[in-house]
Amino acid sequence: MGLTNEIIKQRLTDKFGEQLTEWEVPYGLQTFRVPAEMNLKVMQFLYDDEELRFRFLTDLTAVHFPDRKGEELSVVYHLHNLIDNIRLRLKIYVPIENPDVYTATQLFSGANWMERETYDFFGINFIGHPNLIRILNVDEMDYFPMRKEYPMEDPTRRDKDDEMFGR
Amino acid sequence: MSEQLQPHTQHHIKLSEESLQKQTTTLNLGPTHPATHGVFQNIMEIDGERVLETVPTIGYIHRAFEKIAERRPYYQITPLTDRLNYCSSPINNMGWHMTIEKLLGLKLPKRVEYLRVIIMELSRISDHLVCNSVIAVDTGALTPFTYVFQYREKIYEIFEEICGSRLTTNIGRVGGFERNFTPASFLKLNDFLKTFPKVMKEFEALLNRSRIFMDRCIGAGPISAERAMNYGFTGPNLRATGVDYDVRVAQPYSSYEDFDFKIPVGTVGDVYDRFMVRNGEIWESVSIIHQALEKIEKIEKEFPDQKEVFYAKEADHFHIPAKEDVYTKMEALIWHFKIIMGEIDAPAGEVYHAVEGGNGEVGYYLISDGGRTPYRLHFRRPCFIYYQAYPEMVKDGLLSDAVITLSSLNVIAGELDA
Repeated sequence: MGLTNEIIKQRLTDKFGEQLTEWEVPYGLQTFRVPAEMNLKVMQFLYDDEELRFRFLTDLTAVHFPDRKGEELSVVYHLHNLIDNIRLRLKIYVPIENPDVYTATQLFSGANWMERETYDFFGINFIGHPNLIRILNVDEMDYFPMRKEYPMEDPTRRDKDDEMFGR
Repeated sequence: MSEQLQPHTQHHIKLSEESLQKQTTTLNLGPTHPATHGVFQNIMEIDGERVLETVPTIGYIHRAFEKIAERRPYYQITPLTDRLNYCSSPINNMGWHMTIEKLLGLKLPKRVEYLRVIIMELSRISDHLVCNSVIAVDTGALTPFTYVFQYREKIYEIFEEICGSRLTTNIGRVGGFERNFTPASFLKLNDFLKTFPKVMKEFEALLNRSRIFMDRCIGAGPISAERAMNYGFTGPNLRATGVDYDVRVAQPYSSYEDFDFKIPVGTVGDVYDRFMVRNGEIWESVSIIHQALEKIEKIEKEFPDQKEVFYAKEADHFHIPAKEDVYTKMEALIWHFKIIMGEIDAPAGEVYHAVEGGNGEVGYYLISDGGRTPYRLHFRRPCFIYYQAYPEMVKDGLLSDAVITLSSLNVIAGELDA
C-alpha cells in the first residue's frame, strides 16, 4: 500500500493550493473541504491522476446544519481507491436558499440514484443531472423531509415534550 | 401485411391511435409480482420477448429510518438496521455495533470477535441460500429451494437460541453480546456444520452442471467489471465480474485478518457467475465458522476464565447489566436505568464504518454531536446503489432473462427503500 493520507494531501495541495481547507483525519479517514463550485474539478483530478486513482464512489449524502448561516447544507462524498485500498471523504457546503451543486453522474453512473436520494431528502439541486426527480418519497411531496426543521414527533403534543430526556 | 394480420381492425375495442401505431408492448412488472420477490415495480417496453427499455420505480416500503434514527438512542437503532437487509440482519446489527465501538474507541476481546464472525458467516450462508435457491425457482426448479430452506431454518434456530428471535434478530449489543452463548447453541451449530455440507453438495449437484440451468443462466444479464465499478457495485455482484474486492479482506473488522479464506470471483458477471460466486462463498463461510470454533476452543483451553467473556469490560456503560445484578446491586440498577432511558452520551465524532453484508458493502456514516442520539446517520445500502444498473443489464435481453437477473442481483426491498 503505497498511498497514504499524507501523500494524498500533498498531491492535492500541490494542485489546488489554498482552495482546499479543513483538513482532518477523523478515525483514519482523510477529510477535507472543497469550494462548492470546484467539486467536479477535484473529483475529476482524483479520478484521472495516475497516482491517486480514486475511481469508486462509495457513498454520497448530505447533512443539514441549520446553525451554519450561509452554508447550511453539506454534501459529503466518500471515494475509494480500490487499487491502493484507501478511502477519502470530501465535503462541500452550500447555502440553503440556493443549493446548487454540479452533478457527478458524468464521472460515476452510480451517482445517479444517490443524487436523486439526496435531492429527495435535502433538496440539493444537482446541476446537469439527467433525471432529478424524487426517488423514495411520493412525487407530490412539497418539502424535503430530512432537513432539521421537520421534527420527528408532532410538536403540538404535550406528552411527547420530554424535557427530562434530551431532544 | 395482409388484412388478417391486423386484428385491431376487426373488433370493436377503441384503442387510441398512438397505441395502434406502436409496435411494442408496455408491461408492468410489479409492484406485487411473484417474480420481483419484493415490492418494486419495473415498467418495461418489450418488443415480443425482447426488453427495449426498463424504468424502475422504488420506494414502496420506505420507512424513513434515517430520520427516525435522529431521535433514537444508539441501542434503539439496532432494530432499525434489522429491517434493511432482512435476509442477513445479524450482519447489519454487528456493523452498527462496530460503528459505535469505532466511535468510542473500544477494543473487543478475541473470543467476542470470533463469536461475532460465526454469527455473521451464518447469516451470510442463509442470505446466499435464499438468493441462489430463488434463482433456481425462477428458472423453474422448485426442489432445491425447498431442500436448502430446511437449513436456513436450522440457522434461524441457532439465532433463536442466542438472541431469542429469528428473522429480525436485534442480536448483540455495543461491546459484545447481550448474554453468553448457551451450550445448546454450540450443539445446534455443530449439528448444522455436520449435516449442511452434504445438503449443499447435493444442491450444487442439482444445479451447477445441469444443462437446462446453465443454458438459462449463462449469458443472461451480464455486466462488465468497468461498468460494475462505475455503478458502485460491491459484494458478490461485483466479484462475479472478476473484481476481488471484499471488505472482510480490504478493511478487516472483527478479526477477519486471523482467518484463512478465499474470495471466489467470476469472469463475465452474468447470472451464472453470480450464482457460482455465492455458492463458493457459502463454502468459504463454512470453513470460516470451523476456524472460528477452533480458535475459540484454543482460547478457552488456554484461559479457562475466557469462557465467561461475551462483552468488552470497557463497554460497561453501554451494556445492560445482568438481571440478578440489577435487582441486588445499586450500581447495576443505576446503569440499567440510564441505559434504558437513553441517557448515555456518545462522544462527538464522524465515523464511516463498512462491513461485508450479504449483498455488498454495508456502510454506516455516523455524525455524532456528543448527544444521546446521532446527529445524522446515513446507511450505505448496496442494493440501492447497484439496482440502478438493472435497466442497462437487461436491455436487449429476453424478458425471462430479466426475471432471473433480478433474482440473481438479490435485490431486497427493505435495503432498497430504507
